[in-house]
Amino acid sequence: MTVVEADKDVRGRPDAQPGATAPLLQVEDLHTQFHTSRGIVRAVEGVSFSVDRGEVVAIVGESGSGKSVTALSIMRLLPRLTGKIPQGRVTFDGRNLLDLDDEQMREIRGRDISMIFQEPMTSLNPILTIGLQIKEPLQIHLGMSDDEAQARAIELLNLVGITDPERRLDQYPHQFSGGMRQRVMIAIGLACNPKLIIADEPTTALDVTIQAQILELMKNLSRKLNIALIIITHNLGVVARYADRVIVMYAARVAEQGPAEQLFHKPRHPYTMGLLRSVPRLDHPRGSKLETIEGLPPNLANVSTACRFAPRCPFRIPVCEQEPPLYPTDTGSLSRCHRHAEIAEGKITWSSLGGVGLNFAANTEAPVLSVRHLTKHFSVSGGLRGASGTVRAVEDVSFDIYPGETLGLVGESGCGKTTVGRLILRLEEPSAGEIHFEGVNLSTGSAAELKAMRRKVQVIFQDPYSSLNPRMTVGQIIGEPLHVYKIVSGRKQNEERVADLLENVGLRPEMAERYPHQLSGGQRQRVGIARALAMEPSFIVCDEAVSALDVSIQGQIINLLEELQRKFRLAYLFIAHDLAVVRHISARVVVMYFGRVMEIADRDVIYGGSLHPYTKVLLDAAPVPDPTIEKQREPRLIKGELPSHLAPPTGCVFNTRCPLASQECREVIPPLEEKRPGHFAACIKV
Amino acid sequence: MLRYSINRVLLMIPTLLGVAVLVFFLLRIVPGDIVEIKLRGDGGTVTQETIELERKRLGLDRPLINQFGTWMVGMATLDFGDSMWTERPVVTEIAGRLELSLQVAIMATLIAILLAIPMGTAAALFRDSWIDYTVRLITIGGLSIPSFWFGMLIMLTLLGLFNWLPPITFTPIYVDPVANLTQLIWPALAVGYRYCAVVARMIRSSLLEVMNEDYIRTARAKGVYEKLVVSRHALRNALLPAITVIGLEFTFLIGGLVVTEQVFNLNGIGQLFVQSVSRNDFTLIQGMVMLIAAFYVFVNLAIDLLYAVFDPRIRYNS
Repeated sequence: MTVVEADKDVRGRPDAQPGATAPLLQVEDLHTQFHTSRGIVRAVEGVSFSVDRGEVVAIVGESGSGKSVTALSIMRLLPRLTGKIPQGRVTFDGRNLLDLDDEQMREIRGRDISMIFQEPMTSLNPILTIGLQIKEPLQIHLGMSDDEAQARAIELLNLVGITDPERRLDQYPHQFSGGMRQRVMIAIGLACNPKLIIADEPTTALDVTIQAQILELMKNLSRKLNIALIIITHNLGVVARYADRVIVMYAARVAEQGPAEQLFHKPRHPYTMGLLRSVPRLDHPRGSKLETIEGLPPNLANVSTACRFAPRCPFRIPVCEQEPPLYPTDTGSLSRCHRHAEIAEGKITWSSLGGVGLNFAANTEAPVLSVRHLTKHFSVSGGLRGASGTVRAVEDVSFDIYPGETLGLVGESGCGKTTVGRLILRLEEPSAGEIHFEGVNLSTGSAAELKAMRRKVQVIFQDPYSSLNPRMTVGQIIGEPLHVYKIVSGRKQNEERVADLLENVGLRPEMAERYPHQLSGGQRQRVGIARALAMEPSFIVCDEAVSALDVSIQGQIINLLEELQRKFRLAYLFIAHDLAVVRHISARVVVMYFGRVMEIADRDVIYGGSLHPYTKVLLDAAPVPDPTIEKQREPRLIKGELPSHLAPPTGCVFNTRCPLASQECREVIPPLEEKRPGHFAACIKV
Repeated sequence: MLRYSINRVLLMIPTLLGVAVLVFFLLRIVPGDIVEIKLRGDGGTVTQETIELERKRLGLDRPLINQFGTWMVGMATLDFGDSMWTERPVVTEIAGRLELSLQVAIMATLIAILLAIPMGTAAALFRDSWIDYTVRLITIGGLSIPSFWFGMLIMLTLLGLFNWLPPITFTPIYVDPVANLTQLIWPALAVGYRYCAVVARMIRSSLLEVMNEDYIRTARAKGVYEKLVVSRHALRNALLPAITVIGLEFTFLIGGLVVTEQVFNLNGIGQLFVQSVSRNDFTLIQGMVMLIAAFYVFVNLAIDLLYAVFDPRIRYNS
């Protein structure tokens, strides 16, 4: 029995969904390939699933797993020249979409199936009004007159919660915030009352409080209007709250699919199990070390006939040389694992890494870095752009970081957290305030002291793709600062040191010969870390250092950072928006909002007994990967968006969104007070 | 937008002032003397005394700063002085030639735009097909063949096939449109070819880029007709960078067509430039440099304002 036949057998099985009516969408044995100059990349292979009317199905997987390509294949929006669908059926409402001609397919797009994309910033046409972009499908598909379309567009904007719709229809995308643009995208998606909406990472680019609002909106609308929803995401928390069924993809194939509750609580594929364990979680006690799935996903241009997950699977046995079909499991799911039955019997579990948690002893030493009343104002000049004013990016921020400690800095985009990092690195001049590094005041220090400081303070950037010079080899990238600062003498020593550093970050010394484009995202981030380590720093600013990485890779990098911290007694300022990641890595946490510090406390206090309403709202907004918890949860508290930096709120900056705000909050700027020992909060209500 | 435009126009003053200083003093450094060329150029023998007298008459004996002052004061009252060679006002000298040069530049621009948009668009939409290859071949030809040489080919063809030679005198369009157009269409075509090649390549590459943008995918996902995707969503965005190129090429054509004018026997700004430089006709050179500098600044302003019209993200007032 070949693998393909096995797939067909499984598909022949009646669907686990109740009701005898045909599903709305049925994807059968879909294959999608990209014909590139380097050969054929099989991006999707033999994927089958179905979606019922009104159902919410999630497709989960890491980048390159084929989840977005599956969606684009259904929509037939693959790149014309390179994308091919050699095999498969996509039956939608009784018609095979792959047999339709271009014009028939165009009629379905936006009419019966609409799609919402990941990047609200780039997915709307910058030079056309929002109104035109919403009215376009109405006029094309439903033949509405301009007045009818206008009325419907206003109705749609109301539906997605955009106030003052008449005026906003005449505005352009750049006049909307990211969250608002995504609402506009949803309005466009809903315009013609489609039967199915495919949302490709709809909230990935958004802040956690906005993400919660958008997902809530989509879920409610889909229930209310009985629209089926396919959510493509890498965020397991998002899936847990909203999905009825989950499809886990790995290396172009479905690894496991089944009802959400079952899949989260009783995963039957080692990859799903690993994925669930490698996410830092807010709802679990913090372990000493993150569990990870070692290794990398296979290259889809060249795959073997073995199980695709086998090279990374801790439960690999000889039979795994043969790729398994999708087996039905005891939980009503499908799993592409030979040993699913053993998993069900509990014979196979990921070994716990155990070990004791890092003990953060009370800090008796002098802080490595102290920041006092740090303030940065950017003036927005009148000049060409008209509007003039001052953006208070950072206002009166103070904190200490001790040797060997990680201080987490969390907040939404625009809260000033990255600017704080840049000020510490002296990439920006502070408008006021002091930064002391190892006892030296950086604003008054001599040139020599500053130079020494630049060596001891290093940075790891967010984007491992653009922060490495593509024309330099890894060896040159890491070796350059060694040479500049004369840390080693001579070429031989330089090479040895580079090899040593590569080993420290878990890369083979041969990697020194490679160029950045030959490395994966995780490997590049390791190179970035090695470059920072080359200077023998005592303090590293990690600016969203893991947020661009896939879940399983993210865990590897976090573990590496922690290991290096222990080894070299490094202090980190860990800037991130992911609350769970910050919780995992930090000893203490600073919560910022709109340029100001809202709360500072030990990690367990922040996550266990936070005082400030903003921290509470932030934690409440973050979904956790557990459907039972998520589905019982009350709708989220947070409303509204970040205020404009050009018209900041009076009094407490959070008062416009705060559930506790009163008149007093609009008048008094709350000071950052020590409410309990070591626990600071800036709120007059607590 | 009005306030922005006024600001920009006011900003022209220091720019042009800088140009004036540079051109005036740089010219004075150049060796050679208009009086010597004028009086001794044809091998005639003239006494030093006559030369000094002529210099004095033209005011060339006065201190430089003094001469500069006179020129600046004149310009402030829109008096650009008289040509030192012909003794006619600089404005009159330039005006006659500018009419011709401007017309050639406008015609070349029209030819370029009308050809470049469809060519660039077709090449981008049918990338790597025979259409694309043809367009690329044509445009690479436009870039590599010098305009004057292409002009000579046109001339030889016209001569060989129709026994037609360009007339010696220029007929303004308001006198005889047909004669005017039959005279100027050929030089406009000769320079328009290169111009069109530059613009078409620009449109091709920017359209290729725009077609990969997320919002194009969004438009397709909405079920927008493919024609509308291109014309409404893609092309408008792709034309933005082309506007810059068109503007810069246009200003180049005013005064930059020295050899092409020669080939077609046209008495344009380019010819006048060469003449006045070879004669060291200071006032005329200065006047022409100022004219072209002003042209550049105005065209750049026009480009920026056009950008604001096409791209709502750019708004120059609050």
